[in-house]
Amino acid sequence: MNYRGTSLSLALGIILASSTSSFAVTEISWWHAMTGANNEVVETLSKEFNESQSEYKVVPVFKGTYPEALNAGIAAFRAKQAPDILQVFDAGTGVMMAAEGAIKPVADILSMGGSKFDKTQYLPGIVAYYSKPDGTMLSFPYNSSSPILFYNKDIFQKAGLDASNPPKTWTEVWDAAKKIKASGAAPCGVTSSWLTWIQTENYAAWNNLQFGTNENGIASTDVELKINSPVFVKHFQDMADLAKDGTFKYGGRTSEAKQLFLSGECGITAESSGGLGDVVKSGINFGTSQLPYEADAPGAPQNTIPGGASLWVFAGKSDEQYKGVAAFFTFLSKTDIQSRLHQVSGYLPVTLAAYEATKKSGFYDKNPAREIPIKQMMGKAPTENSKGVRLVNLPQVRDIENEEFENMLAGKQTAQEALDNAVKRGNAAIKQALGQ
Amino acid sequence: MASSSSVTFPNKLLPYLLLAPQLAITFIFFYWPASQAIHQSVLREDPFGLSTQFVGLGNFRRVISDPNYVNSLQVTVIFSVATALIAMGLALLLAVMADKVISGKGIYRTLLIWPYAVAPAIAGMLWLFLFNPSMGSLAYLVRSAGYNWDPLLNGNQAMVLVVSAAAWKQISYNFLFFVAGLQSIPKSLIEAAAIDGAGETKRFWTIVFPLLAPTTFFLLVVNTVYAFFDTFGIIHAVTGGGPGKATETLVYKVYNDGFVNLILGDSAAQSVILMVIVIALTAIQFRYVERKVHYG
Repeated sequence: MNYRGTSLSLALGIILASSTSSFAVTEISWWHAMTGANNEVVETLSKEFNESQSEYKVVPVFKGTYPEALNAGIAAFRAKQAPDILQVFDAGTGVMMAAEGAIKPVADILSMGGSKFDKTQYLPGIVAYYSKPDGTMLSFPYNSSSPILFYNKDIFQKAGLDASNPPKTWTEVWDAAKKIKASGAAPCGVTSSWLTWIQTENYAAWNNLQFGTNENGIASTDVELKINSPVFVKHFQDMADLAKDGTFKYGGRTSEAKQLFLSGECGITAESSGGLGDVVKSGINFGTSQLPYEADAPGAPQNTIPGGASLWVFAGKSDEQYKGVAAFFTFLSKTDIQSRLHQVSGYLPVTLAAYEATKKSGFYDKNPAREIPIKQMMGKAPTENSKGVRLVNLPQVRDIENEEFENMLAGKQTAQEALDNAVKRGNAAIKQALGQ
Repeated sequence: MASSSSVTFPNKLLPYLLLAPQLAITFIFFYWPASQAIHQSVLREDPFGLSTQFVGLGNFRRVISDPNYVNSLQVTVIFSVATALIAMGLALLLAVMADKVISGKGIYRTLLIWPYAVAPAIAGMLWLFLFNPSMGSLAYLVRSAGYNWDPLLNGNQAMVLVVSAAAWKQISYNFLFFVAGLQSIPKSLIEAAAIDGAGETKRFWTIVFPLLAPTTFFLLVVNTVYAFFDTFGIIHAVTGGGPGKATETLVYKVYNDGFVNLILGDSAAQSVILMVIVIALTAIQFRYVERKVHYG
């Protein structure tokens, strides 16, 4: 009896508390695709923001993988139930940009929050990637990463290679891989995650090669792919040749190749800097280095382009909600928050102040691998080949590339045929997506 | 009264009222989405639905003239026939064997039924863990034996993998029905044949198999539909339609074009075609195959 009485009043109390709070607090929904440790970061950030003030409450909701989160956001928008904030992965950037009536530029929202929005305090390479041709920043960069080289020091020593001097060019990588294979130090010399994002999109930017016309789609949505030029063909033919005897081993379309490196099957891999956490966790004796480039490509190494995801805000919300979003993004941009995010998660810092603060703290002296992706992205002012790749249907074009690469690595076609097919099919798909 | 085969309700309204819940469910969960698919299939739309254009049969024309669509049709036929044959063949073999077991019959049957309770995506993951070239334990054994096992790049091996996973999961279901079918065959028939000197194989093909025909036919329909529609989870988990497009079935292509490539019109057109194919297949099965089935 007594127990029931208490629970009843407790329940009443909760109802009262929640109903009163709903009058005062504006809820901001945030749909995201972060799992594991990264999901904990999302939860912690929301909690800290909610405790730091009393007007707004950010409610994070996990929506599955990157493509699933994007689809959930699109479906919700069609049903007029869109969340306030949606996390969209790099390849979905073009999809969101093409939907002008559906989104509200982050630049507009940040200036609604009262504080003047100053673009120069953000990392230029990242801001450029998430901005319209006229320079308006459309989405808020949340987690950015860049591909780097990982190598297994034990395997290097066994193969008689210098473990303190990792390969710098792709030719050196292939040579090291052949030595690893021939010496029996490991069953496979080299592998790579993301043949699309790393070996095609970043390969183009890093070697200052054209990926597609119109600045790879940054200047205009009308793009023709150019990835069948001779440098690409040679790169992929080298890869295909090494795949014949297993010197190069294919792991899968996204980051599955990481497993081949972690298990010690392959001695070298190109992988996202965001994969660092897993490599550290595996306990292997590893080294990191900047992404390899082509020695004979003029201007290489240029700069890499960001991967990861950014936060988009949907149109048609109330001013009150936009102010809340602005407050949240301002909170995320704070130097101490950004430095911590960067140091804990391995993502790139979004603001220059956070980068400087981390540098000053001596963090990079102890963790040099964390600075490589930043230096790669900031080393040189981007050219028209290296601002990024933006297609209205990049996920689809990546699928097409993957299919052609798989048929090439299986020995069914040469690199020239694979890249020619990818260009032909990719261009047709882009035309169709643009409704031409 | 007893000779009249039809039952009549005195109340004109009651039968409709009793049918209403079922009709409502059918309408909401079948006719409504199906009509939406048909509607979407004649439109060309951006992913967000901001601009819509009526294109008539344009989407259908494009889908049918796409060589990748023809490819996925071939993949589906190979996949479905292989899955149905293996799932039914092995289930029949196991059922006949289990029927002969004298002690511990219940245990065998229960154990053989278990895989059916496994969700398709989980079944796919189990097979992936066993046969994934980089971490699978069985893949390691296969490769140590000198066989170049690489379903990530070899399309035929990828197909073998998804067919195995899909068939494995369906064997239990088929087994259950075959066991029930075997039990309904009169023992006296088999004994009489044995006395007349018919061997085991002869008895199976001339008595057991023909008498199982209704069960086999039912399972053929169920397995075809299963291979067409319910194997999405397995393919999604194991191969994602790759390598190349080697395991991209029609259903997988509908998903991929609609939800990855965000081409809703093409995707809807494909699902309408798929609907027509399944209706046609079922009609053919009932019209021609069923005639040859002896219901005893």
